[in-house]
Amino acid sequence: MANKKDEVIREVTQNEYKYGFFTDIETDTLPKGLNEDIIRLISAKKEEPEWLLEFRLKSFGQWKKMSMPHWAHLKIPGIDYQDIIYYSAPRQKASPESLDDIDPELRETFDKLGIPLDEQKHLTGVAVDAIMDSVSVKTTFSETLAELGIIFCSFSEAVKNHPDLVRKYLGSVVPYTDNYFAALNSAVFSDGSFCYIPRGVRCPMELSTYFRINAANTGQFERTLLVADDESYVSYLEGCTAPMRDENQLHAAVVEIVALEKAEVKYSTVQNWYPGNKEGKGGIFNFVTKRGICKGNDSKISWTQVETGSAITWKYPSCILKGHNSIGEFFSVAVTNNHQQADTGTKMIHIGRNTRSTIISKGISAGKSQNSYRGLVRILKNAKNARNFSQCDSLLLGNKCGAHTFPYIETDNSSAIVEHEATTSKISEDQIFYCNQRGIDTEKAIGLIVNGYAREVLNKLPMEFAVEAQKLLQISLEGSVG
Amino acid sequence: MSTNQNYIELFREKEKILEKASPSFMKEIRQDAMDHFSKTGIPGRKSELYKHTSLQKIFEPNYSIQLQPSKVDFKVEDIFTCDVPNLKTRLEIILNGFYLGKKPSLSRLDNGIIIGSLSEALRQYPDLVKEYLTKHAGTRSDGLVSLNTAFALDGLFIYVPKGQVMDDAVQVVHLAMTGLDTLLHYRNLFIMEDNASAKVIVCDHTLSPFRFLTNSVTEIYAGPGARLNYSRVQNEHLNSNLLTNLFIHQEKDSQVISNTITLHSGTVRNNTHVLLNAEDCDSQVYGLSLADRSQHIDNYVNIDHAKPNCTSTQLFKGILDEQSTGVFNGRILVRPDAQKTIAYQTNNNILMSDEAKMNTKPQLEIYADDVQCSHGATTGQLDENALFYMQSRGIPRKEARLLMLYAFAHEVIDKIEVAPLKNRINGLVDKRLRGELSRCNNCSMACRDTPLPI
Repeated sequence: MANKKDEVIREVTQNEYKYGFFTDIETDTLPKGLNEDIIRLISAKKEEPEWLLEFRLKSFGQWKKMSMPHWAHLKIPGIDYQDIIYYSAPRQKASPESLDDIDPELRETFDKLGIPLDEQKHLTGVAVDAIMDSVSVKTTFSETLAELGIIFCSFSEAVKNHPDLVRKYLGSVVPYTDNYFAALNSAVFSDGSFCYIPRGVRCPMELSTYFRINAANTGQFERTLLVADDESYVSYLEGCTAPMRDENQLHAAVVEIVALEKAEVKYSTVQNWYPGNKEGKGGIFNFVTKRGICKGNDSKISWTQVETGSAITWKYPSCILKGHNSIGEFFSVAVTNNHQQADTGTKMIHIGRNTRSTIISKGISAGKSQNSYRGLVRILKNAKNARNFSQCDSLLLGNKCGAHTFPYIETDNSSAIVEHEATTSKISEDQIFYCNQRGIDTEKAIGLIVNGYAREVLNKLPMEFAVEAQKLLQISLEGSVG
Repeated sequence: MSTNQNYIELFREKEKILEKASPSFMKEIRQDAMDHFSKTGIPGRKSELYKHTSLQKIFEPNYSIQLQPSKVDFKVEDIFTCDVPNLKTRLEIILNGFYLGKKPSLSRLDNGIIIGSLSEALRQYPDLVKEYLTKHAGTRSDGLVSLNTAFALDGLFIYVPKGQVMDDAVQVVHLAMTGLDTLLHYRNLFIMEDNASAKVIVCDHTLSPFRFLTNSVTEIYAGPGARLNYSRVQNEHLNSNLLTNLFIHQEKDSQVISNTITLHSGTVRNNTHVLLNAEDCDSQVYGLSLADRSQHIDNYVNIDHAKPNCTSTQLFKGILDEQSTGVFNGRILVRPDAQKTIAYQTNNNILMSDEAKMNTKPQLEIYADDVQCSHGATTGQLDENALFYMQSRGIPRKEARLLMLYAFAHEVIDKIEVAPLKNRINGLVDKRLRGELSRCNNCSMACRDTPLPI
């Protein structure tokens, strides 16, 4: 039976990536390489104000002083930063007035990805900002949202139309000095989404950004800034795919979230960048800095992520719990297969009184992949009655993969309660046997168990996403499991 | 001049003394260790493993180095009585890193067991010692071990041949007593051959109120089927810095239990490295630290499951009061083919004051799939409900608190196998928790931790 099971695992772990197609469209591309001129060019192309160019150049200066971090449990091949195209945009009219202005090829691409840009086609009421390579293609429903005072647009538009807001919050959560990839992003970021929820508004629909890398040799460097004013609520989704290529492509994004008094932000990611082929060739390097600050009292930030793609993932969505009684949450399912590597986790920095955080991380490793959880819980002196609960479980499918846990727990205060627990195991023979005995075949049983294992996190995703995520989990691991 | 440079030069200066004190084959080993040290130096704060313990600060003061046995013109028994009286043990005393007392300094018992001074063993049984010395700690594992390898001249040597059982527990008392701030090195080597069995109790004490820095290495080789019970009680004064490096190498079916109780000390760093080098080994590593004032206790454990079917258990508990800081860093490494590994790790801490601080990092690194591994870490305070429950039944709050702390500590104490030692530790912990410094009860110095000008 063990053999049969191994076979099933092998079968289900060898499914193909279905978003690997490439759209042949005309693009507007800058030459390869990274220097001040390129940064000035990007800035000029986007018609940016002087202060933003200065921000970019300062970041570039900082980046040059830094070196690639090596502390993660990852084997990262050398990256030649001069061999990357830092700006590539599908050629289209400056600002598409209606759908008809968008290149039909582009529309087709997003249709194929299941992200219709046509608002009528939406059944569920999700506003999408679709980003291809370096620019935002179309933001749907922005008019409807504007009626409520919600600003949801591409980052470039935000710089033009709401410079004060952008200037106030840009870099306030992730400063350009933060780390190597954040500095790089701050220097060359091309587009991204901007979102502002005004005071007391509960955003009526899910906001979503869809990232697509299309052009070859390009890096994607987008920046998302999300500000939730007092007593507001928003749920934000993020998805991403890329074509199959033999070379590695770099994706270094920054996401900043600011939650003011009593605001609540829910940020969900389904990450499905191209993971490389079975021999570990190609795939996206996903080096992302995501951080939110609960600035006001009683605010809440919740991160949910389903990580199935990317050759290498280096990502730690974090919460700074500054406001009293603020809450931070992190729910994650990370699946690695074949030669994928993931080093992911979170940081919870408790500063305010009565702050609470929960971390649930579920890692699944298969094939020859390495999957690490790395997390920090820091309770500062004034964070009286702070509370943290962390649970990180790892599931191993196959005997050539690895699962690792690196939690850091730093407690500086006697009224805090911090708990951490972690387990690592494989699917036990007993569990499979139990299912078999009740007429469920081995393949279905593995599917059931993996799904049950990840359910705690999947349940946190918004409806529309949960379905997709569940499907993804099946594609990444399980074949025909229902 | 940097501290590292100081030691490199000191080594050059003292090379002749070191050479004279031990057989010629040691020269190369020392040189190799020093070469390595000159490349790495003392691990800095940037090093992930020493992130929370600043060795630089510990090594900074100007210590004199002890490279020959101290002359003793009094009986050690006069100034030192053991924390664990009436224990039927074979007592061995290491004073300032050198074997003290008994002549001859190395004895061979009827059943072939050899026990005594390491430097004597180097002379009498060079082939036996050579086979094991530095083989498990290596000369290159980290700066502290290199430094010890270069400078350590003596320590305790135990050899238990095939199938032999040591009836009495061996009690090794490490005393530090000099007239000035001193850097001490000692090296212990315990060789347990096939199916040998022994119990070792190690005590660390400081007897004079000077600043001490002890950098020790203990290598344990447990052959197939060997059993070793290793208990350690650390009870030093506030100005002492204790760095211990314990290397345990286990072969098939062997079992080594290590239990470290840190009652009192200045800065302590316990490095425990366990290598499970064959199938069916069992490793148990326990630790209890009680800290207050400016004490700093750092426990690092690395368990390397190199082969299948081994089990390991780690349990570390800490009670931190006043401005003390605690660190726990435990790592379980399961190598690619170490299937059917069962490894558990638990770390629980209680913070008694707002100034106390705890940093913990329980790590799992797993490369095999058919394993059961778990770790858990908690940091918190005493349960108010439980305290209230006891108060409502007429137990004063102070007493209730003590009861709970005592119960908390008991889980670790309970693992000690030597019954009289267990009882005594129970008593010591109880006293320690009541704030009565048990160390001073037995010490004639009556210094009561007079703070030194720093």
